[in-house]
Amino acid sequence: MLPEAAHHPHVPGLAHHFDNLEQQAEATTLGMWVFLVTEVLFFGGLFLVYTVYRTWYPEAFAAASHSLDITLGTINTAVLITSSLTMALAVHAAQLGQRKLLMLFLVATMALGLVFLGIKSVEYYQKFVEHHVPGPSFHFEEPQYAVHAQIFFSLYFLMTGLHALHMIIGFGIMTFMLWWAWRGTITAEYYSPIEIAGLYWHFVDIVWIFLFPLLYLLGRHAH
Amino acid sequence: MPSSTVLIPPHHYLNDGYGIKSWLLTRDHKRIALLYLASVTFFFFVGGAMAVLIRLDLATPAGDLVTDETYNKLFTMHGVMMVFFFLIPAIPSVLGNFLVPIMIGAKDLAFPKLNLFSWYIFVTGGLFTLYALITGGVDTGWTFYTPFSTVSSTTNVIPTALGIFITGFSSILTGLNFIVTIHRMRAPGMTWFRMPLFLWSTYATSLINVLGTPVIAITVLLVAFERVFHFGFFDPRLGGDPVLFQHMFWFYSHPAVYIMVLPAMGVISELVAAGCRKPVFGYPFVAFASLAIAVLGFLVWGHHMFVAGESVYSAMIFSILSFLVAIPSAVKVFNWTATMYKGAVSWDTAMLYAYGFIGLFTIGGLTGLFLAAIGLDVHVTDTYFIIAHFHYIMVGGTIMGYLGGLHYWWPKISGRLYNEALAKLSAGIIFIGFNLTFFPQFVVGYLGMPRRYHAYPPDFQVLNVLSSAGASILGVGYLLPMFYLMWSLRYGRLAGSNPWGAVGLEWTTTSPPPTENFTQTPIVTWEAYDYRAPAEGHVA
Repeated sequence: MLPEAAHHPHVPGLAHHFDNLEQQAEATTLGMWVFLVTEVLFFGGLFLVYTVYRTWYPEAFAAASHSLDITLGTINTAVLITSSLTMALAVHAAQLGQRKLLMLFLVATMALGLVFLGIKSVEYYQKFVEHHVPGPSFHFEEPQYAVHAQIFFSLYFLMTGLHALHMIIGFGIMTFMLWWAWRGTITAEYYSPIEIAGLYWHFVDIVWIFLFPLLYLLGRHAH
Repeated sequence: MPSSTVLIPPHHYLNDGYGIKSWLLTRDHKRIALLYLASVTFFFFVGGAMAVLIRLDLATPAGDLVTDETYNKLFTMHGVMMVFFFLIPAIPSVLGNFLVPIMIGAKDLAFPKLNLFSWYIFVTGGLFTLYALITGGVDTGWTFYTPFSTVSSTTNVIPTALGIFITGFSSILTGLNFIVTIHRMRAPGMTWFRMPLFLWSTYATSLINVLGTPVIAITVLLVAFERVFHFGFFDPRLGGDPVLFQHMFWFYSHPAVYIMVLPAMGVISELVAAGCRKPVFGYPFVAFASLAIAVLGFLVWGHHMFVAGESVYSAMIFSILSFLVAIPSAVKVFNWTATMYKGAVSWDTAMLYAYGFIGLFTIGGLTGLFLAAIGLDVHVTDTYFIIAHFHYIMVGGTIMGYLGGLHYWWPKISGRLYNEALAKLSAGIIFIGFNLTFFPQFVVGYLGMPRRYHAYPPDFQVLNVLSSAGASILGVGYLLPMFYLMWSLRYGRLAGSNPWGAVGLEWTTTSPPPTENFTQTPIVTWEAYDYRAPAEGHVA
């Protein structure tokens, strides 16, 4: 191996400290996977709190869960899964170097993300009107569950709020990707940014796939 | 060309740009290491100042120097500063940042911009915490136990929690950077089992950082939210469980002990090999012991809750698992000792710190076994025995390792040699001061003096005065290196690339190294610690 071969300054997208694009792509992909492991543990803390209190207060959790709008929740799940599809298609287009198609799918992904966030805000607004936001003005229709339902709603807002924050960050990342695609930075040789942005997007989707049944579908099988 | 003839290269990372911008916007891992060196040193002395006031107050039984409220804030800030802003980042972000790429023959870490960003996050978190400190402090203890921290305390819990939350991301991103770098950036021929053991322990530490830190992040976030929005997760009046907080807190904070001590163990492996001119005895065992400590470290958090209403069965399991951590730790101690056996044992400063580490860590580790035993733990819980135990691990272990490593690699970092006699003297002062400070605390704790009180019965005064006297000696010992290391930057003798005659890729490049570390990517054809061949033979 010739170490001098490492000094080729004019490969587009290649940082100076990597030997070649392959090594760089492997490193960035691994970096994103490690970051996602961190994210799993981050949300994991909330899932732990959820598990503990759902085990302690199953009736209150079921009652509180029933007050969520299952139709909007289901639509949002479908929207998000579709956005994962468009994201996967964007990665595919990037690998083939189809710049226009890539931009189209990125825009579609972002649009679906916005739809999700829009529906989520409608749901938040409903909860606000119903006084289901934890705090001094919290009110729950079934008084025997009121105290513990507040824990459910605390978790609901924290978990979906953190998820929404991740969506917003994802939207920011997609904006960058769109800019890079438009500028022509992304090519059939250098597409790893789209790939790792896709990993992140899919991860945020998967979190929702867990949140949806845990928050919306409690105790439904009994009715 | 023999390396000794070229004492200082014309171009190296320190003279590659001079302005403030060349430092604050640098992506060079070596310069970022120095940025960390300056910041952790600053936080160390802030935390140290609190310790000075604590020990001054405890010199008399009456608690007459500060009020009880101030005292609570002092030990809280001492803990927060030292744990989150010195002990956790010190070795990985200073020595790790400097050495990881060089030791594997890479030009930089995998993500240099992310590395710089991590430093900015670290400093931002530190400033938040300093802000909390200056505007009134916080009195919960560094452990933030609920519901006191969420309901009762009227001090700056939120800014401190946010400071810790923010700084956590710096640990995570640094860990991520190291993991990816060690996986993907090794030079040709640098296999996993040819890596210096410092890298194995840095890798194990990074795993804990990546897996554990997000949990403390979400935990302190919950504390902050609970204070603001009255969520009730940890408040029994609202159906919550304060012990759940303890579980989540210690799920990170116990492994954090290994974040602090594993890198020091890695440093000691390097020092012992170089100081004895021998390969580390049982290399694979020491390497896997690091991983074993990282894994087992995640399974023992419950031993912090033996008196917190934990079920007797979980307590027994956590007790057994805690005993198990002693095995990989002892493997390391025995292997270092076996390395010294029939070695050309040196008495250089770095080696003095290594001897100090091995002795003090052994005491800290063995007293840890006392605490893993449920019955005995009940007797000494929340006494000075605990304080002494974890200071033997963290100060006697981590700081000894950190200072030993800083001395050992200082010629590489700065290109210059420090005054060896002064360095040996201060190593001795630190060792004596440390033992005088903390050994009496084992005794006074066993006799029943509780931690976190600013007054105590007069019977305990002799032991407390000994401890305070030791602390002042220790303080002198910590200040001395500041001066002679700074002095060496200008007046020290030029070191040359390999002043200790050690092996390892870092000693094959110039001191200070060039910005890209090596003029040519090295090709590794030898095993780690190959002291049979002369060091020059390793220049590929």
